[in-house]
Amino acid sequence: MLEQTMSNVKVVEGSEAVALAVKGCRPEVISAYPISPQTHIVEWLARMMANGEMDTEYVRVESEFSAASVISGSSAAGSRSYTASSSQGLLLMTEVLYCSAGMRLPFVITGVNRALSAPITIQIDHQDTISLRDSGVIQFYVESSQEVYDTHIAAFKIAEDPQILLPVMVCMDGWILTHSYERINFIEQEKIDSFLPPFRPANFLDVNNPKAWGSYSEENVLMEFKYSVQQAMQYGKKRITEIFAELARITGRDHGGLIEAYRTEDAEVILLAMGSVVGTIKEAVDELRSIGKKVGLVKIRCYRPFPHEDIWEAIKAAKVVAVMDANFSMGSEGALGMDLKSKLCGMRDTPLVFDFIAGLGGREINVKTVRRIVEKAEEMLNKGLPLSESYWVDLNPEILP
Amino acid sequence: MKITIGGVVKGGTSLAYKTGSWRDQRPLIDLDLCKACGICEEVCPDNSVYAEDEIYYIDYEYCKGCGLCAHECPVDAIEMVLEEK
Repeated sequence: MLEQTMSNVKVVEGSEAVALAVKGCRPEVISAYPISPQTHIVEWLARMMANGEMDTEYVRVESEFSAASVISGSSAAGSRSYTASSSQGLLLMTEVLYCSAGMRLPFVITGVNRALSAPITIQIDHQDTISLRDSGVIQFYVESSQEVYDTHIAAFKIAEDPQILLPVMVCMDGWILTHSYERINFIEQEKIDSFLPPFRPANFLDVNNPKAWGSYSEENVLMEFKYSVQQAMQYGKKRITEIFAELARITGRDHGGLIEAYRTEDAEVILLAMGSVVGTIKEAVDELRSIGKKVGLVKIRCYRPFPHEDIWEAIKAAKVVAVMDANFSMGSEGALGMDLKSKLCGMRDTPLVFDFIAGLGGREINVKTVRRIVEKAEEMLNKGLPLSESYWVDLNPEILP
Repeated sequence: MKITIGGVVKGGTSLAYKTGSWRDQRPLIDLDLCKACGICEEVCPDNSVYAEDEIYYIDYEYCKGCGLCAHECPVDAIEMVLEEK
């Protein structure tokens, strides 16, 4: 059995939990550029640097493009590397992130979720990180600060696996997680060290043995390079599950694998969501279960690679899946809805899938909101017709121009 | 040839990549007009112009035919002609 001593427990801000996880992973290079709501993370790390608690090169850069470029270079040089950003900052990193995934550079980024301009806002949704879904960066989404702490420690090991070697982005909702205080169980340094050995890649930039990254490719090899990233993603599904399980054995905390299925057994209506809203949905599911409604939840922990096999196992007996997307692909629908529908298309006896757009720009999602979504899904199910377009939850048509 | 993870290759391999096949215009130096000023060698983006004993040559294994040398030559000693294969 695992011992839990009070010395491992502390109430900290979500951003500090991230910084303490990163510190525990002993990064050799951190690049930092401030943007709300991410700023506290790099500020906590700067404080730890100033206090002499970390043996790290801390690079203050002039833009997020440089923040990503610095850790791309340092990762190629064989150093464990980290940065964090939000919203427009993540978009400015986009070009570098595509390159880094292609060059198979295993750094870790915290993607603190915030909506994209215009209009400008600092409130949250998932549009920023979802916009990076095709880049080859592995993406995790977390529900709590405890999960964000644990996931960062797993993230470096996953990124650095010799058969994965991809950037990993841990996505956490701004404000709700970054700026709220939560009781966190920390992992002792020696346990982190034995779980996460130093980063020793087979290839690294070395003046005595020159090598080149990102060299020119043409039509005879480019498809194979792209396919090899997809192979790493596919292999990653198995390896990520193993690494999460290995960490769970050390910590005694099992957040699930690629997904967490919550009360999905015999469920007729299943909600599919990711991020901090999942805690609210669990409350709503418990309430609905207490009055006899057969409702369950699938929480996506790993969004890229997309765990459709695990989702299918959880939803295959349900009648309807209500997908809650905190993002929208203009001209189409929400990303999670698209992902799920594309994987179910062509299979037999699948549940109906309705895509709900909820929580854009920090629009409140509470237990009542979730109940309304369940009711709407049941209503559409009884009509027997799938919604052909996404349903925008709590949209106020009266203020539309 | 197998690809490597991340496309990592030995340094200096651009020598093995003969970019001359890209060329559709071939620079020809008229040595009667050439004053051996060396501007063509300086402006060539692929280091494909070289001199031996003050006589200038084009390395057609790497020259992409961009025409910068012809454009910059102060005495119009370089002519771009259609590459025929």
